[in-house]
Amino acid sequence: MGNSVDLFEYQARDLFESHGVPVLGGAVAFTPEEAEQAAASMGGRVVVKAQVKIGGRGKAGGVKLAESASDAREKAAAILGMDIKGHTVHKVMIAQAAPIEAEYYLAILLDRANRNFLVMASVAGGMEIEEVAHTSPEKLARVGIDPNVGISKELALDIVKKGQFPAEVADQVADVLIKLWAAFVAEDATLMEINPLVKTSDGKVVALDGKVTLDDNAGFRHPDHEALVDHAATNPLEALAKEKDLNYVKLDGQVGIIGNGAGLVMSTLDVVAYAGEKYSVKPANFLDIGGGASAEVMANGLSIILGDPDVRSVFVNVFGGITACDAVANGIVQALSILGDKATKPIVVRLDGNNVIEGRRILNEANHPLIQQLDTMDGAAARAAELAAK
Amino acid sequence: MAIFINENTKLIVQGMTGSEGTKHTRRMIASGTKVVGGVTPGKGGQSVDIDGNILPVFNTVAEAVAATGANASVVFVPPKFAKAAVIDAIDAKIPLVVVITEGIPVHDSAAFYAYAESKGTTRLIGPNCPGLISPGKSNIGIIPADITGPGRIGLVSKSGTLTYQMMYELRDFGFSTAVGIGGDPIIGTTHIDCLRAFQDDPDTDAIVMIGEIGGDAEERAAAFIGEYVTKPVVGYVAGFTAPEGKTMGHAGAIVSGSSGTAAAKQEALEAVGVKVGKTPSETAALMRAILNG
Repeated sequence: MGNSVDLFEYQARDLFESHGVPVLGGAVAFTPEEAEQAAASMGGRVVVKAQVKIGGRGKAGGVKLAESASDAREKAAAILGMDIKGHTVHKVMIAQAAPIEAEYYLAILLDRANRNFLVMASVAGGMEIEEVAHTSPEKLARVGIDPNVGISKELALDIVKKGQFPAEVADQVADVLIKLWAAFVAEDATLMEINPLVKTSDGKVVALDGKVTLDDNAGFRHPDHEALVDHAATNPLEALAKEKDLNYVKLDGQVGIIGNGAGLVMSTLDVVAYAGEKYSVKPANFLDIGGGASAEVMANGLSIILGDPDVRSVFVNVFGGITACDAVANGIVQALSILGDKATKPIVVRLDGNNVIEGRRILNEANHPLIQQLDTMDGAAARAAELAAK
Repeated sequence: MAIFINENTKLIVQGMTGSEGTKHTRRMIASGTKVVGGVTPGKGGQSVDIDGNILPVFNTVAEAVAATGANASVVFVPPKFAKAAVIDAIDAKIPLVVVITEGIPVHDSAAFYAYAESKGTTRLIGPNCPGLISPGKSNIGIIPADITGPGRIGLVSKSGTLTYQMMYELRDFGFSTAVGIGGDPIIGTTHIDCLRAFQDDPDTDAIVMIGEIGGDAEERAAAFIGEYVTKPVVGYVAGFTAPEGKTMGHAGAIVSGSSGTAAAKQEALEAVGVKVGKTPSETAALMRAILNG
């Protein structure tokens, strides 16, 4: 829950286009051959752009101008497979090349502090917006948007003026902003950024590069968004957890962690990290089984953690609110019986709250050699860390 | 006294006829909450028997308020229908709406938060929160009532289970009110709102504030404490050891670049005299030392 989906540039471009935000021609290519074809269909002169979800790809050599379709093929061959800050390039975007006269900046994003949405617009584009905010804040318009009112033409023109756009593009930029807002709302986005928004030599304003983040919680009204998720980038254990509707993040330590509630699990990571300093061990993951977890959910969670080869001990930390400790205990026992001989790692359990007496009784009666029960979070964390060190 | 809810709170449950709504209505009644009815559009005129309490069901919050004099509402409806339910409650001018529902699209939360602000007659708590409890008086939401009883500590937290853990650690002192404000990017009632209410509440002597990594709510709360709060405050921030760039459960819980770290939040809180614990038990010990003076 509460996750978001970041799009690749080509996906953002297509989404913009479908909502009438002006863009240049563009297509995704997974091979040099596809790149050549796409370039040929755009007249030959194109920009080949690495598709990675990280900044600084231009400096890393991930963006190249190609003079012809065959050149595009060569450039794509060079860029595909490249490593940019730990991200392997699996695809490139072939973008129509255009002579650029000016670069601007335009974005709409969720503003947590003010609990609304924020438009940022500036005549100074093409660089990181943090830099603009720092060096020339007078050129950056920041305007809060009431979600129930939206952006009228009048407001859009006012924002454009505040962002110091030249008069000859004001109408066009305002129009882009209005369309971007419509796209932002229609797609349940939390970020739509155009950087740069450019003026081409024929005076047209178009979005040259874009970033889009979509709200996963709104997935129920956007069945099409699922196709935009980059499953290739997901860790296999994380993918398995997601399939089981578990909130799991792989980390690089040795103590597997399961708990209920994001805050308590985060706190458990801290307590284990402190206890682990002595033994040079750290938490291996974040796993929140959520509120009201059933025995089945607990069993799924434990199976995933025990399937992580880095894990040497497991700490199950549950404070039962809605979650009942007896269900958690049953889940642990079930998981161990399903796994049988495959389960070899010690499991330290701390239960408190809802139905704790029954939960502790179930684990005591199971009398499983891998399970140890402790009464406090601190004590259990110390034991799990100690066991991971062995 | 306590804050936001007390023995005079009369509650209606939006989504009472659903399974979650029914389950938690039973628990709230068992812990002494005065539940006076429910709202499910299309089921008005029916009634629900919960352990011998015959509760009327209404089509709208306005009808429920008119018939029962309710002054608070709790929302258990699924994410798809949550926005309409909250707007209905705001239109009825009910003073308090507690939104338990997890997974509401942030555009919907933004819309109903802005709507509540424009009307100015409703306090929102949540969404994606465990609710709040004034032990022995009223319990709205899903916080277990049997962890501890009434006392003179006020607690505000983004996290449900950390709230329970902290109430448990300090169970021998008890609480005036514990409020779970929720971990979503947009929430109605903030740390600052609760700190202000606890400072103004004669029945609260000291405050525990629980935060977590991400955003700058804790930093803003620290600035507010410096200006306004004279009662002792003890803080805890979850996620000291969280790696950069990994979202930990709550949408907001992510360390990005140098901002949003637990260390930065600790520093901001300590700068205004708040003692910050590194773990829940250490935080409880700090509070214990203050109360035992």
